[in-house]
Amino acid sequence: MSEKVLMKGNEALAEGAIRAGCRFFAGYPITPQNEVPEYMSWRQEETGGAFVQAESEVSAVNMLYGAAATGVRAMTSSSSPGVSLKQEGISYMAGADLPCLIVNIMRGGPGLGNIAGAQGDYTQATRGGGNGDYRTLVLAPFSVQELANFPKKAFELSEKYRIPAMILADGILGQMMEGMSYDFEPVDPKTLPQPAWAIGGKHADRKRNMVFSYALGEGELEKMVLKRAERYALIERDEVLYEERDTQDAEVLIVAYGISARASIAAMNMARANGVKAGLLRPITLWPFPTKRIAELSKKVKAVLCVEMSMGQMKVDVDLAVKGSCPVYLHAKPGAFFPVAEEIATAAESALNGKKDQLFSLEDLVKNAENKTYAVNNPICKEGALL
Amino acid sequence: MYQGVRIAGFGGQGVVSAGVLLAQAGLVDGKAVSWYPSYGPEMRGGTANCSVVITDGEVSTPVVSTPDTAIVMNEPSLPKFEPLLKKGGLLIINSSLIKSKPKRTDIRVVYVDCNAIAEKAGSLKAANLVALGTFAGITGAISIDAIASAMKKVFKRAKPEILELNRKALEEGAKLK
Amino acid sequence: MNAITKRPSALTEAQFHYCPGCGHSVVHRLTAEVIDELNIKDRAVVVAPVGCAVFADKYFDVDSIQGPHGRGPAIATGIKRAKPDSIVFSYQGDGDLASIGMAEIVHAAARGENITVIFINNTIYGMTGGQMAPTTLVGQVATTAPKGRNEKLQGNPINVSEMLAQLKSAKYIERVSSDSAPNIIKAKKAIKKAFQNQIDGLGFSFVEVLSICPTNWGTTPLKGLDFLREKMMAQYPLGVFKDVTAANKEGK
Repeated sequence: MSEKVLMKGNEALAEGAIRAGCRFFAGYPITPQNEVPEYMSWRQEETGGAFVQAESEVSAVNMLYGAAATGVRAMTSSSSPGVSLKQEGISYMAGADLPCLIVNIMRGGPGLGNIAGAQGDYTQATRGGGNGDYRTLVLAPFSVQELANFPKKAFELSEKYRIPAMILADGILGQMMEGMSYDFEPVDPKTLPQPAWAIGGKHADRKRNMVFSYALGEGELEKMVLKRAERYALIERDEVLYEERDTQDAEVLIVAYGISARASIAAMNMARANGVKAGLLRPITLWPFPTKRIAELSKKVKAVLCVEMSMGQMKVDVDLAVKGSCPVYLHAKPGAFFPVAEEIATAAESALNGKKDQLFSLEDLVKNAENKTYAVNNPICKEGALL
Repeated sequence: MYQGVRIAGFGGQGVVSAGVLLAQAGLVDGKAVSWYPSYGPEMRGGTANCSVVITDGEVSTPVVSTPDTAIVMNEPSLPKFEPLLKKGGLLIINSSLIKSKPKRTDIRVVYVDCNAIAEKAGSLKAANLVALGTFAGITGAISIDAIASAMKKVFKRAKPEILELNRKALEEGAKLK
Repeated sequence: MNAITKRPSALTEAQFHYCPGCGHSVVHRLTAEVIDELNIKDRAVVVAPVGCAVFADKYFDVDSIQGPHGRGPAIATGIKRAKPDSIVFSYQGDGDLASIGMAEIVHAAARGENITVIFINNTIYGMTGGQMAPTTLVGQVATTAPKGRNEKLQGNPINVSEMLAQLKSAKYIERVSSDSAPNIIKAKKAIKKAFQNQIDGLGFSFVEVLSICPTNWGTTPLKGLDFLREKMMAQYPLGVFKDVTAANKEGK
């Protein structure tokens, strides 16, 4: 690994994609991911790639659809409301079995919400998000280091299984700077094989290719969906990624991904200092979800605590894994607030002791929210602030 | 060692770049660091602030909600960040622009005439570096050498005489306790 | 026996599903002939729309991609930018292009994308069953305008060619018709020019083809042609609305 440099998350991600051989980017401005298209606008030109500022998210994702169909490593990025608009194209690309990369630097929602980092798009990302029976492969980085190195991983998995890949991060990760380094040598796109299914370019030496997502003949769509499901099963078997900390002797297991996992690590250490045996499982792929490992651990621990910046969207997957082996609690920070380590540590202790009343109930959350001094606790929230 | 820092002031006072400089200096010193800005409409509204973490361990939260140190460069930032400080935390006040006094008695307060010292060093623009110098001198979280070396990385296009001036501002700041 | 005509090589063996009298069949054939004549079959890409021409990808024997409703020009942009060697054409109907895809066509033209767009205007939604289109004439009956398009409620039709001609980066805009042999010959010439422009790197080229839809108009092909000539041509006059390609060529 080379020397660490200080880099902003969004820029480290953009440069990571370039280094991974991405030579097409289409996007549309939206906070807090603007550094990605800004960086791409000059960097694609410098590397002989293409950059298009589209007229809308819808158009950007369809430009991606066209570019991905030619077999180049292509991506788009946006933030929550923009990613909602992109669902049309994501569904088409899933239906056409095209590899590509979509980045969601999440912000608060629903609707216009706010521009702070959030995790409210978990369900949308992991269940497909658009119309139809499909999945996207979702990677959730928790540091600038991972933001920088995940585009390559995403492209590779996406190509291996011919599935759209998504990097699901949030505004805090996108906006923050950290020391980071790339753990791979830059990929020369010319060395990547041209996929047999790709369209475009001059091709006297091959038959024509067709990229489409429809299957109107009787039984055709069923076959197509099932064939895809077989690939999905392989992904679920072989491509689950997660990180574990201190789970050997853990009595309470904290499950958190992305930026929430960072506060959870601090919380775990605090809890341990107080004699509470806490451990952490951090899902790195959100789909495929580390269901099997969480199921195993749930049989060893007394309780599971889900920490997320959403109202239990990830907890649904944890519940499905735990299947009642032990109680599963939720520590939720909706509305784009960063979880506080001290609060998580307290919640972990309460979860272990089965003291439900000391956990943050919905009632507590409402009460706390009313008493908070927002402007100072969150640097980006200000009265009257809108976009 | 763990230092969670908030730096706040008007846009144009260089609070955001002072934060980047601090994080870069931490990296030079082999520490784990993070920097997190205020962004969006608040940036357009005139006041800006950022969070910096420097630690020997792992940066858990990049959003510093209870800082060990707050550096406030303008009047509106004092009432905003004073209440957040940890008990026993350090509050560096730019007394050139801030006339109000802090209310808390459980924190350490240092008044620095940043603007005047910076002007004397050669440029008002170096006021943020005077404050950084004071922070480095008091906490020892970071060395003046590391900040000076970080400047070459952060201010890539700065002329040697500007870097020299900045170093002078840092050193003047570091003299204050 | 001497063959006096044959299937263009840029068309597959698949039989068209289009209704009797439909203009798509004619325009498909013209386009395929142009692809043959320009010898671009091994680098042409058709972007098939949503609408009656959804299966254009089955008929053109070239690389193809079928896209979401109205997004053809965006998809074509992605392909062309990623593989500039390709000759990309977006084939679209009036609901696709002038309604749900209005932003995509306007901005592709505004960016001056070096692509070719073929726009079939038959004043109605065909695939979904004769609903009112943005190009439906005032007074024309549609399944969502059973009393005819009412200017006060649904406004007036959009003249896309005239509109796009306002954009500086659009290089060639022509409206032709598929109603008669002379007009079909003119239509082919326009389509050929629109492809040649792309080969020459001259920029955004757009051909609007007036067409009939007897099935959804509830009429016969012959009466449909009368309607096209009498009513449609009054709203949508034929002609070149913009052609700055000669100047561009000289400037090259």
